[in-house]
Amino acid sequence: MINKKYSSVSGAVADIPDGATVMVGGFGASGSPVELIHALIDHGAKGLTVINNNTGNGEVGLAALIGNGQVSKMICSFPRSSQSRVFPELYKQGKIELELVPQGTLAERIRSAGAGIPAFYTPTTVGTVLAEGKEMREFDGRSYVMEPWLRADFALVKCEVADSLGNLLYNKTARNFSPLMCMAATTTIVQTKKLVSPGEIDPEHVVTPGIFVDRIVEVADPIHEDILIAEGRSYP
Amino acid sequence: MSTGWNREQMAARAAQDIPDGSYVNLGIGIPELVAQFVPEGREFIYHTENGLLGMGPTPDEDERDLDLMNAGKKYITAVPGAAFFHHADSFSMIRGGHIDVCVLGTMQVAENGDIANWSTGAPGAIPAVGGAMDLVQGVKKIYVITQHTTKTGEPKLVKRCSYPLTGPGVVSRIYTDLAVVDVTDAGFQVAELAPGVTFEEVEQKTGASILPPE
Repeated sequence: MINKKYSSVSGAVADIPDGATVMVGGFGASGSPVELIHALIDHGAKGLTVINNNTGNGEVGLAALIGNGQVSKMICSFPRSSQSRVFPELYKQGKIELELVPQGTLAERIRSAGAGIPAFYTPTTVGTVLAEGKEMREFDGRSYVMEPWLRADFALVKCEVADSLGNLLYNKTARNFSPLMCMAATTTIVQTKKLVSPGEIDPEHVVTPGIFVDRIVEVADPIHEDILIAEGRSYP
Repeated sequence: MSTGWNREQMAARAAQDIPDGSYVNLGIGIPELVAQFVPEGREFIYHTENGLLGMGPTPDEDERDLDLMNAGKKYITAVPGAAFFHHADSFSMIRGGHIDVCVLGTMQVAENGDIANWSTGAPGAIPAVGGAMDLVQGVKKIYVITQHTTKTGEPKLVKRCSYPLTGPGVVSRIYTDLAVVDVTDAGFQVAELAPGVTFEEVEQKTGASILPPE
């Protein structure tokens, strides 16, 4: 019998080892799997490479994971924003590595990994410093840059509704990178606001098919990162 | 002395050049104001790269949905007929040439259409690119809205960008406080002067040669 249900966030992240590559869903605060990230902080795995569009905000969620010294490298498109303080400080001290990837290229590198395509060509970054040293090729008279897939050992994702087979629905713009990350990681761990039985999600409406999901934990009343930041909270 | 256009007037002037039915992506800052000046009888559909086509205006504080944000991480609404999608679909719309117009702010734009709006290249600065490089390469028409000069009076319309490029040869039209400027094969050319502004003033505040209106 297929059983992807885990009873706790701590159990779901317990085997993430030191040095793992971890994709974290979310765009800024929306879609950020705060409870799973906090469980990873409690778990304590170190030397992680983390893939996310940003680097977290305030002193909770991803920013707290970085602030706790567990992340040695970030792969992202926009490492600073008005509320991000933890990453910029460590970066300036040379304590964390950064791989900067344009947002669309980041999404497509993740998608490609999930689709089994090891590299693709894109016009993005042609003629800029971010294309330096990369393989170029012309198609129909236009130049393109080769970009490799981006795989991960684990993905941490938040969704709105999941069934026990791992079929997922998201909420509005909280979807962002999550469906791609589910495809690209060896082990995909999902926190869902609502867990339902198979058949309760209309098959026509499924956004992420369950084949891409390995573990599901119900977090019925997830805390939104923006609320934690507005309250000035920190973790742990 | 010149009067020129204020921020709202620059945005309103740019909106006039967007055809009815266009799919439009607006950058952060003055470009966002374009949505307030849709000419009568036209309909634009706004794309935000974090996964929404059909972005509506800012909600009242008590009607905010924390999971409904734009690419600038501001709370927004979704209009009737809107669609949500993931990032790979969103950037397929951009890179695949499905978005008609992108209006961006900039630090510099060059006479050959090069744009530099993501990094000053200063040592120690934290680079952050977001979706800018995808947008300038993928969207059919790239319009720029910017003050004609920096706060310290340096030209933003230049012969060659000194800052690192976001993309080469991509900008087609620029809306400044002083003029509408086209990027042509012959370089910058004024298409329209703002009220009370002379061509000589525009020429003097531009860091490259510029042709007068035809």
